[in-house]
Order: sequence, then structure tokens, then C-alpha cells
Amino acid sequence: MLLDIQNLTTRFATPEGEVFAVNDVSLQVEAGQCLGVVGESGSGKTQVFMSMMGLLAKNGRAEGTVNFNGRQILGLEAAELNRLRGVEFSMIFQDPMTSLNPYLRISKQMTEVLVEHRGITERDAAAKSIDMLKLVGIPEAEKRFRMYPHEFSGGMRQRAMIAMALICEPKLLIADEPTTALDVTVQAQILELIAGLGRKLNMATVLITHDLGVIAGLSDRVTVMYGGRVVEEASVTDVFHNPQHPYTRGLLESMPRLDTRSDQALHAIPGQPPDLQALPAGCSFAPRCFHAFDRCRQEIPRLRAIGGNRVKACHLEAMV
Amino acid sequence: MLNYAVRRLLSAIPTLFVIITLAFFMMRLAPGGPFDREKQLPPEIEANILRAYNLDKPLYEQYVDYLTNIVRGDFGPSYKYLDFTVTDLIMTGFPVSLRLGLYAIVIAVLFGVAAGTVAALNQNSTFDYLVMGFAMTGIVIPNFVMAPLLALVFGVYLSLLPVAGWGGGKLQYQILPVITLALPQIAYIARLTRGSMVEVMNSNFIRTARAKGLAERIVVVRHALRGGLLPVVSYLGPATAAVITGSVVIESIFDVPGIGRYFVNGALNRDYPVVMGVVIFYAVLIILLNLLVDLLYGFLDPRVKVE
Amino acid sequence: MKEASKPFKPDGLASIGTTEPVKGRSLWQDARRRLFHNKAAIGSMIVLGIIVLMAIFAPLLSPWAFDDPDWGYDFPGPPSIELKHWFGTDGNGRDLFVRTLFGARISLLVGVIATSVSLLIGVAYGATAGFIGGRTDNIMMRLVDILYSLPFMFFVILLMVVFGRNIFLIFVALGAVEWLTMARIVRGQALSVKKKEFIEAAHAVGVSNATIITRHIIPNVLGPVIVYMTLTIPQVILTESFLSFLGLGVQEPLTSWGVLISEGAKQMESAPWMLIFPAIFLAVTLFCFNFIGDGLRDALDPKDR
Repeated sequence: MLLDIQNLTTRFATPEGEVFAVNDVSLQVEAGQCLGVVGESGSGKTQVFMSMMGLLAKNGRAEGTVNFNGRQILGLEAAELNRLRGVEFSMIFQDPMTSLNPYLRISKQMTEVLVEHRGITERDAAAKSIDMLKLVGIPEAEKRFRMYPHEFSGGMRQRAMIAMALICEPKLLIADEPTTALDVTVQAQILELIAGLGRKLNMATVLITHDLGVIAGLSDRVTVMYGGRVVEEASVTDVFHNPQHPYTRGLLESMPRLDTRSDQALHAIPGQPPDLQALPAGCSFAPRCFHAFDRCRQEIPRLRAIGGNRVKACHLEAMV
Repeated sequence: MLNYAVRRLLSAIPTLFVIITLAFFMMRLAPGGPFDREKQLPPEIEANILRAYNLDKPLYEQYVDYLTNIVRGDFGPSYKYLDFTVTDLIMTGFPVSLRLGLYAIVIAVLFGVAAGTVAALNQNSTFDYLVMGFAMTGIVIPNFVMAPLLALVFGVYLSLLPVAGWGGGKLQYQILPVITLALPQIAYIARLTRGSMVEVMNSNFIRTARAKGLAERIVVVRHALRGGLLPVVSYLGPATAAVITGSVVIESIFDVPGIGRYFVNGALNRDYPVVMGVVIFYAVLIILLNLLVDLLYGFLDPRVKVE
Repeated sequence: MKEASKPFKPDGLASIGTTEPVKGRSLWQDARRRLFHNKAAIGSMIVLGIIVLMAIFAPLLSPWAFDDPDWGYDFPGPPSIELKHWFGTDGNGRDLFVRTLFGARISLLVGVIATSVSLLIGVAYGATAGFIGGRTDNIMMRLVDILYSLPFMFFVILLMVVFGRNIFLIFVALGAVEWLTMARIVRGQALSVKKKEFIEAAHAVGVSNATIITRHIIPNVLGPVIVYMTLTIPQVILTESFLSFLGLGVQEPLTSWGVLISEGAKQMESAPWMLIFPAIFLAVTLFCFNFIGDGLRDALDPKDR
């Protein structure tokens, strides 16, 4: 197992009280595999990986185990963690407009990774960086290499971000909503690029998104999160064709699809996401769930295997 | 870049023209002349004096004369220091004022940036509160209060430093004037730096730099400081103006033979040419420095296209 | 399934229309609540209130007059409780406590009046530029830029030199100089408010112009203006003290904190109380205004709520 997260809990101390962003989350990524992590804003999907990367805000605390290649990396010293970040695993972010340093040329922002981690000269690093820019499909790479981020379009910037993240050939790439801030026409290209590079470089990828559609053609397995917890985990086909958690089903039904008749209404999930400062005693989805019964409001459902190599956290026996 | 600089310089000319014209006519509109004495002078002597200083000509001629002289760098004779021209006085005082001001700015930037950065990196620490408390004090307490208080403590009670004088520019004579001049600027720059560094350190590109596994030193020095210090760069213009204004008081309090002292004496004695000369001289200086700061800013922030 | 027809929104917006509307709190109620939580600002208001009351009732607080020497005491004399010279006397034997409070009257008066002058000019100028916009705005703001680049303190000094050292001139001169920033703030607010979606929305639903101005624009412009006013008052007090310190401001027998500090600085070796008491009053007042200004800014700035 490349990445094995067990019982991760992340909290933020705020003046108004503790925010329970991630609650007892466990998930795994195998080498070369593509995992989709789906959930609304505030479902904790991003904070799981921020905890892993050591990028939590100052008021955040993460507990649990995060094993990468068999090594516990949660709570490592910054200096130790810096030998892994950008080298063994990398992360790219939602907004490529602000994620690149506006005051530094693309060249410096790329080569510094190699110079810092591999100890090679600036010149060698430049050659390798230009190759990388070509690999992610940036035209006139030599020329653009010397430019500043503001001279790039949004899609180009995200490509540059990907090139930067992959330059040390990591075993895992975490992409946090990589296409949300981009034009629709560019979104598909970037997703194709990430998936393609994953296969080409035999690299595992995690796609964090609020949009199930993004994941459909790309990932192998899907983890659905709600209220800081994993509610369902299954292969991508199972999730789409036979969702076993009411929330997953709600997500699917609210998605416009080509095969639905145009007079058929989309179904929104009523209510709103749980308050992470005061999670309900039972299942956090229960207040919005059509199938909820007494037990749901009293007891938090544990993740349990339901056969067919899939798990869910729901008191319901099965959904049809 | 050069184009821009030249255009900016040219656009400063009307500004200067407005300043000179305003100053000139204000002076000439003034009730009471510079030679009013307790005792009325005999009319023939007064006429002689007026002729000697060209004050008997029609106003517009005086104005044209004054303008052409200024272009030649001649601000006319001082009414008070009879053997000196205003240009003489400015040239005598400027090296002293320049040294004072330059030291103050350099010290202000060094200490202000250092304190502000460390405070920002240790937000809400004791050091942070200390710096912010100091900054508030430095900004609020005016230098004409700070200067005598420091002189009282370090000069009178502790006898560590001379209370006043220039001593031909010996170091111990410069310490108190430079520090009092620098204090408010240190305070302001520290607050400015802290604010912008806090903002930059929370920005997305700093998160990216960390995600790349860069050492914290590189994250701060290479990625954060460049953007974090831009507000300080644009503050350098106003800072210079503030230091020049402050030097007027500081030079008077510490009896430093700079331009500011001549200016205050000129103002108290209605020595119009000196007052006008200094105002124009400093206006030119401030305009030039602001231009320099703008060019520097354009150089440091690649997103600003200087055309 | 009442909600079935509403599209699902991934950002937790699915709930729009399904829950009780959040009870609205007005900007001002909210601001007041936040201000009263700010201990520094509240403390400053109290201290400032005490100073103002002391300045108003100065003659009742001491048996000494502000311009009559005490012939039976030293010139200058140190603070003495028995003689009721709480702050001592100055070089002319006049009671320093009373003089400090009379100085407070002048300093505070200058602060308030000059700030009001700057407010009038600045709001009129900035609002005109901002609402007319276009070329007029360009020219008007270019003029402000030019005036900004002038060493304004020198111009005030020039004014004082030329037109004599008279207290009304100080009010006008300082006000005439301090309006620049106010004009910029008001113009910026006017511009941004003009373009805000809620103004367009109000237009779109047919709200009248008068209502838009009173209900939407004025409340939005007022906040920054109040904050800047509170921060201008200490600025003006400071400038007046600066001029008086140089001997270019308030003239004898009237006095202000600047004059007193200047006199004190000249005799600080023999009579440090002449420097220290007025300096404390000036410093405390400046601190108070700054804390109140900061408190108001935090309270009225809707950005970090």
C-alpha cells in the first residue's frame, strides 16, 4: 500500500470553539492507482490531505496515522517532511492564479525544487524543467520558461503547477479541485493530462472534487466524504451504478446526466451540510436523509464491509 | 523604462511651477515687509533697501526675475544673513541634513523590516505584541516630544550623549538626532511590514512553496519577502517627506546646522527668500525621490508594466 | 418533496429557501457591539471624556488663573500640593495645571474645527469627483495627486509666516491641508458603491434614487469617513502642536500643548515638570484618538466578519 491513512482526526481551534473538520477518517491508495475523493465544501476532503502534507493552518491539529510507503509521516519535523514533500508526493491546488508566486519567473519556481532536493546545478535543473514543461503540453516551453505567471493563461498556469509538482517524479500526486477555477473547455484537457501522466509515469493520483462527473472516467476507486467522515468507498463503477449510501445516491441524482429525459427534474438534497462545531450525536447525514430512523439519530454508523470489496457507513442494510 | 522616467520628469515641471508661483505670490501678498522694525525707518533709507532687493519693481517683473533666477539655481539673497545668498545657505546646510536624513531612513528600513518580519512570522507571540506596542508608541508620540524626552534621559540624567550641537559631525552628536528622526519611521515600517508579511504568509503561493518541500528559510526569504516588502518600497516616498519635515524640528531642538534650522529661523524672522528657497528645494527633492521609488517599484513587481 | 425542483448546488447552497432566513442585524448594531467589546477603544473614550471635561471646567478645578503669576512662589516652581500648584509653575510663575488645561482647550478645539473644515471640503470634493466620474474625476484627482506630492507642512508654515500667527488661520490652514485624504476616501467609496451589485439590484427592483442614496450609499460611505475623521483629529492636534512648538502657532498669552512643550524643552534641565506634564497630556490624547479610530475601523469594517 502506497498511502495508508488510519483514524485521522483533524481539528481547528477557533475563538467560537473547536471545528471538527476530519473525524476518524481511514483511506488507502495503492501504487499507480487513481482515487477520487468526493464531497461538498466542508466535507473535510481537502483537510485530510492538508494534514498529510503538513499544510494545516496554524490553529489546526491532526491525530492518527498516515503511512506513506510504510513510514509514519504525520507529525514529522518540518525538515524531515521537506525531504518527502515535492519529492515522494506532491500537491496541486484549486486556484492556479494565486498558487504561483507572482514575483518570481516560472524558471526559478521550477528549478528551485530540483536544486533544493536533488542538489543539481541551476543549468541542469533548467534543462530538466523545460523538458517537463514540454511534457505537460506547454508550447514554446523555452520561451515561456523565462516568463512570469501573469503572462500565462489559467490553463497554462495549472499545467505549470503540474510540471512543478512532477519534476522530482513523485509516487503520488494529490490534485485538489484542479479544474474548478478553470474555463469549462480547459477542464477536460487538464484532467486528461493528470490521468495520462499518472499512467505514463506509473504514479498514483488523488483527485479531490465536489463534482462526481469529474471522476467518472478517470479514477479507479471513489471515496465519498460527508461531515468530515468517509461515508462510502467503492470502485467507480459500483458508485455510479449501485450507490449504497443515501448521500452518494443524492449526489448522483442531483447530477445532470445525458441519459435522463429532459422533463425529469433533478433532485436536490434538502437541508444543509452539518455544523462542524456541533456535529449531531448520530449520523451527520441523518437530518437530510429520507431513510433515517431512530438509530441513525443516536448512533454514529461505523464503516463496514458490505461485500464486493466496498464499505459504507450507514445503518441501512442495503439500498435498492 | 527610460521613456517613462523622462515623461514623469516632464510632468513634474507643471507641479513645480505651481509650487513656485503659489509660494511667490503668497509671500508678496503678506502684510508687513521683512524690514519692518520697531522704529520707522527714514523713507529714503527704506527706498534704498527696497531697491537693493528689487522690491520696488512691479510685481510681475519681480515674478519673472524670480523664475529666471531659480532656473539658474539662484534663490536670491537672504534678508537675514546679509552676506549669504539662499543658495549658499542651502548648500551649507544640505550635507548635514542629507547625512541626518539618510542615516535615519537606512536605520528605519533595516530595523523596521526586521522587526516587522519577525513579528509577522511569530504572530501573537510576546515579541509580536512588543513590536506592535512599540510601533503604536513610535507613531503616536510626536518627535518634538520624543526628542526632548530622550535628551533629558540620555543627555541630562545619564550624561551618555551630548544634549545638543553638531560637534563638527562627530558620531556621539549624531546619535540622538538620527534616532529621534528614525523612531516614527521604524515604527511605521515595522507595522507596514508585519501587516503585509502576515498577508503574504497566508497566501496560496506560500502554501505552494511549502508543498514543494522548500526549507522555511527559502520560503520566507525568496518567496515571501519580495511581495511582503513592496508596501515598504512604496512607503519610501512618504517616508522621505516625513523625515524631511521631521528634520526641521529635530535640527531646531538639537541645534544641528542643517537646512531645517535655517528654515525655522527664516520663518520666525520673515526671511522670505530663505523660506521659499527651502520649500522649493525640498519640493524638487521629494518629487524626484517619488519618481525614483515608482521606478524601483516597477522594477520589483513584474506585474506592473511601466510604459 | 417540495425541494425536488431545485438544482443541487455542491457548495452547500442547496438549502437556499428551505431554512428560516437568518435574522438580519444592521451594520450599525453590529458595529456598536464590536466596538463595545474593544477594551482599548472604550478605555480611550473614557480617558478622553475626562480630559475634555477637565478642559471645560478648568477654572473650577484650581484657584489659579491661567495668565496670572503666583508672586509668592518660585519662577518656575516644582509641583506642590499645599499651594495647589499640582503641576508646578512655569518660567513666568503661572500655574502649569491650569495652563495645561487651557492648552487642552485650544488643542482640542483646533482638532475638531480643522477636522470639520477638512471633512466639508473633502466630502464635497470627493463625492463630486466620484459620482460625476469620467474626465472631471480624472482632472480633479490629478489635482489631488499634485497637492499630495507637495511637502504640505512647509506650506502650512509658509501660510503662518505670511499671514501672521493667528488662531483662526490655523483652523483654516490645517483644514485646507488635511482634506486631501478625505477626498480620496470619499471618491473611492463613491466609485465602488456606484458599481456595486446591490445598487444595481436596487435599481432593478425599482427603488427610487433618493432611497438608494439614503439607504444604501450614505451608510456605506459613512463608515470609512467616520474612521478617517477620528484619525484626522489627532493628526491635526499634532500639526498644531508642531507649529506652536516652532513658535509659529498659538501666541501668548494663549497657549497650547505645543507651546508648553516647547517652553518645557527649553528648561528641561532645571524644570523637567514643565516638559513632562504637557507631554503626557498630548501623548495620552493622541493615543486615545488612535485607539478609538482603530476600534471604529475594526468595528465598521465588514471585511472580517
